[in-house]
This record gives sequence, structure tokens and C-alpha cells, in this order.
Amino acid sequence: MSRLVVGPFNRVEGDLEVRLDVEGDHVQSAQVVSPLYRGFEGMLKDKDPRDALVISPRICGICSVSQSIAAANALGAAQGIKPLPNGQLVTNIVHASENVSDHLTHFYMFFMPDFTRDTYAGAAWYPAISERFSAITGAASQDMLPARAEFMHIVGLLAGKWPHTLSLQPGGATRVVAQHEVQHLRAVLSGFRRFLQRFVFGGSLEAFADIASLDDLANWRETCRGDLPTFLKVSKDLGLAKLGGSGDRFLSFGAYPSAEGHLFARGVSHGTELQVLDTALISEDISNAWMQGEGPALHPFDGRTKPDGDMAQGYTWCKAPRLDGLPAEVGALARQVIARHPLALDYISQTGGNIEARIVARFLEVAILVPQMEAWLETIRPDDAFITHGVTPDKAEGAGLVEAARGALGHWLRIDQGRIANYQIIAPTTWNFSPRDAGGQAGPLEQALVNAPIRNGEVDPVSVQHIVRSFDPCMVCTVH
Amino acid sequence: MTGRKQNLLWLQSGGCGGCTLSLICAESPDFLVAFETAGINMLWHPTLSLETGQEANEIIDDVLSGKTKLDILCLEGSVMQGPNGTGRFHMMAGRGEPMKDVITKLSAMATHVVGVGSCAAFGGITTTGDNEAEACGLAFNGDLKGGLLGPDFRSKSGLPAISIPGCPVHPDWVTQTLAQVTAGTVRADDLDSFNRPHAISGTLVHHGCARNEYYEYKASAQNLCEIGCMMENLGCKGTQAAGDCNKRPWNGGGSCISGGYPCIACTEPGFEEPGHPFTETPKVAGIPIGLPTDMPKAWFVALASLSKAATPKRLRQNATSDRARVFPERKKKGGH
Repeated sequence: MSRLVVGPFNRVEGDLEVRLDVEGDHVQSAQVVSPLYRGFEGMLKDKDPRDALVISPRICGICSVSQSIAAANALGAAQGIKPLPNGQLVTNIVHASENVSDHLTHFYMFFMPDFTRDTYAGAAWYPAISERFSAITGAASQDMLPARAEFMHIVGLLAGKWPHTLSLQPGGATRVVAQHEVQHLRAVLSGFRRFLQRFVFGGSLEAFADIASLDDLANWRETCRGDLPTFLKVSKDLGLAKLGGSGDRFLSFGAYPSAEGHLFARGVSHGTELQVLDTALISEDISNAWMQGEGPALHPFDGRTKPDGDMAQGYTWCKAPRLDGLPAEVGALARQVIARHPLALDYISQTGGNIEARIVARFLEVAILVPQMEAWLETIRPDDAFITHGVTPDKAEGAGLVEAARGALGHWLRIDQGRIANYQIIAPTTWNFSPRDAGGQAGPLEQALVNAPIRNGEVDPVSVQHIVRSFDPCMVCTVH
Repeated sequence: MTGRKQNLLWLQSGGCGGCTLSLICAESPDFLVAFETAGINMLWHPTLSLETGQEANEIIDDVLSGKTKLDILCLEGSVMQGPNGTGRFHMMAGRGEPMKDVITKLSAMATHVVGVGSCAAFGGITTTGDNEAEACGLAFNGDLKGGLLGPDFRSKSGLPAISIPGCPVHPDWVTQTLAQVTAGTVRADDLDSFNRPHAISGTLVHHGCARNEYYEYKASAQNLCEIGCMMENLGCKGTQAAGDCNKRPWNGGGSCISGGYPCIACTEPGFEEPGHPFTETPKVAGIPIGLPTDMPKAWFVALASLSKAATPKRLRQNATSDRARVFPERKKKGGH
């Protein structure tokens, strides 16, 4: 058996190291190392609770809006208020903009360049893939970046800028939207839809969102010409639907709330079996993290974050979140399984979770969300108010549970004497890239890497890179 | 751009990656065009480059050995010195050494060193509270000279570490600063006392603010989402903060103030600890403590009371409304 250390593991958000124990031609076991600790939970202590809306989005430059909304929801729960309907619509539109944009950034800039590696030079698809998806120089970036930048004008108008807005507040949004601006936003969305249909899907968004089975997806793959069908052909050739399963225990906090509930439901799924989420069963184990503390894993309302300066034990700054003592995968695939999208469920039934399923689930969301954003715009009532203002109690607590592009994000806030007494954050990649817990259970990525194939002579195995990046990790959120 | 391409190596440490994410929102032109025009050859970037693991380490090692010339080193994120000066809060993945040491060694090899964002320049948000992380900037701890590289650091060009401020940076601040660097036109006197290009810090956020008329008459918003001036009550620091945010739009047309929330002076060292809640203006005897840059207090008080008395009804009513409800009316001609 030999040991490989892969790092700096780039094209993830932040720094990452993956340690692999290799037996013959496959990975026998993996350890995931989150090497950066900044200490946001400590920074927030004793602050005015409203300051969390400024500080916590700066945990992350790629899921900044998700952090904003989680902070606003936690404070809103403590204040006993919710966003006004217009404010919720603006929040949903801004959030969907970030999440759709992140899905594109992930596919084009983080994930696809790995198929341009020399190791694939013999494949029939290699020349075309290299020309289109090479990092920095590929043609696809030249198509995607301007379209993405113009799409983010939606956030510029509604929220001032991206990342790090302060416009999303417990009671709604700080900027009203006039009727002429609604019309402008509709036009921006139309332009973005054109880009998606021409370059990404090679067909209508609705046709892709309606795909209900792997058989239908195979037909679609062969009839459409776009970057996603191109990937699916590569994936078929490489067998990516057979790689990277994490155990198929999924968690979603639910995304895009309205009076009718979440657009993508809240819940837990064991394989395809849906269960109700009980957030009281969430805890964080620190047995293998560089953290001080003993005793049982704590619920985040009671959680503590004390870095261990001597790094006497453990192998990462990341704690190990568990739901009822078990790890859970979060992200677009988890959301779509729990939202009961038939294609996501067919993957779980036929192949289990895998690299390809995670990519497809992201694009299901793109195809669903852009028409949904068009519909949300239609329901804004420009003459009505967009925000209500709450009062922060001297003593209260509140949780803010949202779905970032890469999965479930929670903020747990405790206020005492009008100041933040405790603030704990569990980010999506904290779940996905968690270390082993006291019982030795591996986190989802550590599980997904077991048996990953190693090609002859590889030191940074390409299959490991596909699997790691299929989770769209955000390392700056992971530890925060 | 003619001549040799200039090698750029970009590192990230104690930050959020948001400056890179802001950079890739660049438009007219996008950052790929801007970098190509500036003659930049991206040696390695953690978010953008293909190379991972050993391939990335070889690129860095070739710079350290002098085999590859390093024209520009960019750092995004704070330098992590803790705990107890060890740098173990960020051991660079795959290298087993503190990132702060990698930055120090590369800075000695670089013709130009650039801190991208307020974290890399000054320490930024990572230093919030009691700065458990012992975070600092390349050449500053907040507004004090020092940082990782020390107060007297000069890169091979003879310039100090250039600070591109902001949390995040505006994409154009990065592309235009780096283009000046590769063109060889940056002089020491183009930089202010925090090593920020005057091109960025020579403008105040206040300049071009769409709420200037409210400012002139001290017609103030009371709550977020109201369209009056946010200086008097809501903590807005636009009159004191560097940046052309209201002249050079963000994401197609935005700015913090157009988004309905105050400037928090994210381009200034120490912005992360204002000493008051971010969205509240501290006052003494009803007068805001933080007065506009360069403005004598007595004059401010005198002018404010005069302009408040002269505030037109339109501004007084609109200031505490979420949208304009009283509109400018043309004066009628003909003596009616």
C-alpha cells in the first residue's frame, strides 16, 4: 500500500488537500484535509446581531448570498419576523441568480477542464473537448463569462453588487423594484435563456427539465448539440455514472420558500426513501478535527469552536456534522432527490449517486430556475412594500436554514443581553467533506473516493479529481 | 501589447475567494480579454488553472529556484500568522509548510507584489474581533505599516506591495491596475499612503452618489430601504471612503447605495471594526462622529443646520419613503 497526497487541490473554492491510501490500481481509503481556519464564529461573538449580516457573507465569495440569507433568516427567527412577500421574491431571485451562476462556474471553470488532461489524449472526443474546455484558453469560457456577467446584472440591480451584498434583510430587501425595472430584468433573463439554450443545452430549458428517466436522458444526449450533451457523451465513454457514490443518504433544508412552501422541498432521503427532517438531530463531532473539546457531539445551538493550537489530534479544521449520528450528502443531487425529480430518482434507483448524476442535477436546477425566475418577476407587486423592520430582543435564538448551490447551509444564532452569545455555522461542504467521527464513519467524500481507479503512474489521480470536483466543494465555507 | 509576456502567479490564503469571483464578472472587456491585452501569462491561479497537486507545486518550485521569472505575485486573502506566529491556521495543501512562508519566499522573487482586496492589503474581515487568526496584510496590519513583509518592503521593481482595496474588489480595479503594472507605468507617487493607486483611492464613494441631493439638504433616511441620505442615521461612510463605486457601476449598474444599504468603507483599512454597528451612525449631541473627509466640524454643523432648514418638501418627504412619491415639478413660465 502506498500514500498519495494531492494538494494544492485547485479549481475548488479555497484550499484543499486529499490524502489517499492506494492499493494496487485503486484507492483503499481517503482523508480529506481542510487546511485553512479563519474563525468566523469567534469573530461574531459579542457583536450586535445585525452585524452578522455584514460579516458572515464574507465567509464566502461564491456562496455569499446564501450566507446573507442564512444570517438574515437566523436573525429574523430571533426577531420573530419574516420577509414581506415582495422581499421574499427579491430574495429568491437574487439567491437563484447566485446558485445558477455557481452551477455554470462549476461546470465550465472547475469541472470540465479535467477532461482536457493529457491522460485522455487518445480518446476520440479529446480534440474537441480540449479546444472548448481548456482552462483559461478554451472557447467555452469566452462564451460563458460574458453571459454569466450579464446575468449577474440581476443582482447588481436588486442587491447592489455581487458578492457581499447587504440588501437581504430579515424583513425583506432594501431596494424596491419599479415596474420598468421588472421589464428590464425580464429582458436580461431572456438574453441569458438564449445563451443557455444555444450553448449549454442545445434545446429548450423546459425539454431538459421534463426529462424523467435515464432512457429519456440518453435519447436527449444523442439528439442535442450543446456543452451538456457533449459532457454526457464523455461521461458515457468514461463510465462516470459508476463512480463516486457516497452512500446515498441525502439532506436538504429546502430552497426558495413562498407561502406555498419550498420550491425544492426540505427533507432527508435514504436512497429514494423520503423522510422528514428533524433538525434537532443535527450535531457536530470534533473527534478528528483540530478542535479542543471533549464529550458528545453538540447541536449547533450549543456548539463550540475552539481551535487546537497544538494540532495534537485530528487531520483537518473541518468538524464532522452528522444527522442522527450519520453522515449526509448535500447539494443539487440531494435537493432534486428530495424534491422527487423523476430523473434524480431514476439515477438513485438504477446507479446510485455518482459523478454524472451530480452534474445533471445541477443542470436540472438551471433549467427549472430560470423559468421560475421569470415567473417570480411576474408576481412582484411594485406598488407594495419590500421590507418590514424587526426589533432585536435582548435574549432570543434563531436558526437560518437555506440551500446554497452546493447544499444545505445553516446558521444558528443565540442572543443574550442584546449581543451575539453564540453563532455556529454548518456549511454544505462541512457535510460533504467532513472527516471521520468518533465512531470512525467516513464523511461523504471520503466514502465516495473508496475504490476510485488509479491509472498507471498517476500521482494526482484523474478519477479522484472528477469525484472531488463533482461535489462542487467550497472550502472557504467548510471551516469558515 | 508587444514584447515578452509577463508571468503572474496568484495565491489565495485567509479570504473568501470573492475577489476572484468579482474579477470574473468583469465586462467590456471580460477579464480574459483584459489580461491578454495586458500581456499577462497566468502561471497558476488556484481557481482558474488546470494544474493541480504536483503540477502546481512544480510551477511554484520553478519560481522559487529562479528557473521561471516571476513578474507579478498576487495575493488574495489575509496572511495567516496564527496560532502564536506559526502560520498553522493555513498550511498550504500539498506542501506541508505555512502559506505565510510561501508568500514571503515568492515575494522576494517577484518584480511586483500586489495585494488583491482589503484582506491581502490590510488584513480585512479576517482580523475582525480579537483577530484570533493573527491575520494581517502584505504590508499593513490594519492602518499600521508592517504586515507580513514589513514596513520597508520593496519588490524588485522598487515599489512597495501595491494594495487593491475592496471587499470585494471591483473587477476593473484589478484589470486596470495589473495592466498598468505590465505596462511599466506605475510610479511610487501613483500610490497613496496605504499603497493604493490614486486611480482607485483618489475618488470618494460619495462622488456620483445618486443620493447627493438628499445629502446636500441633510434629508436623511431613518430605516434601510428609504431613499434619503444614509450618513446621518444608517452608518454610511461614503463621504470618507475611497472608491469610484458610484461612478463605475458594479454588475451592470449597481452599488451598495443603489442597492439600498450604506457604504461600510470596505476599501479602508480597519473597516471591519467600525466601533459601532455597521448600519448605525454614532453621534455625539446629535452630530455624527464621522464627518466627511477634509471637512471642518464647525462648518459641517453650520451648513447642516442651514441646509436642513432649507430642505424642499419633496426631499423631506421622499427621504423617509422607499421610493420617490413627490416628484420634481417644472416651474411654470409666464408668471402664473
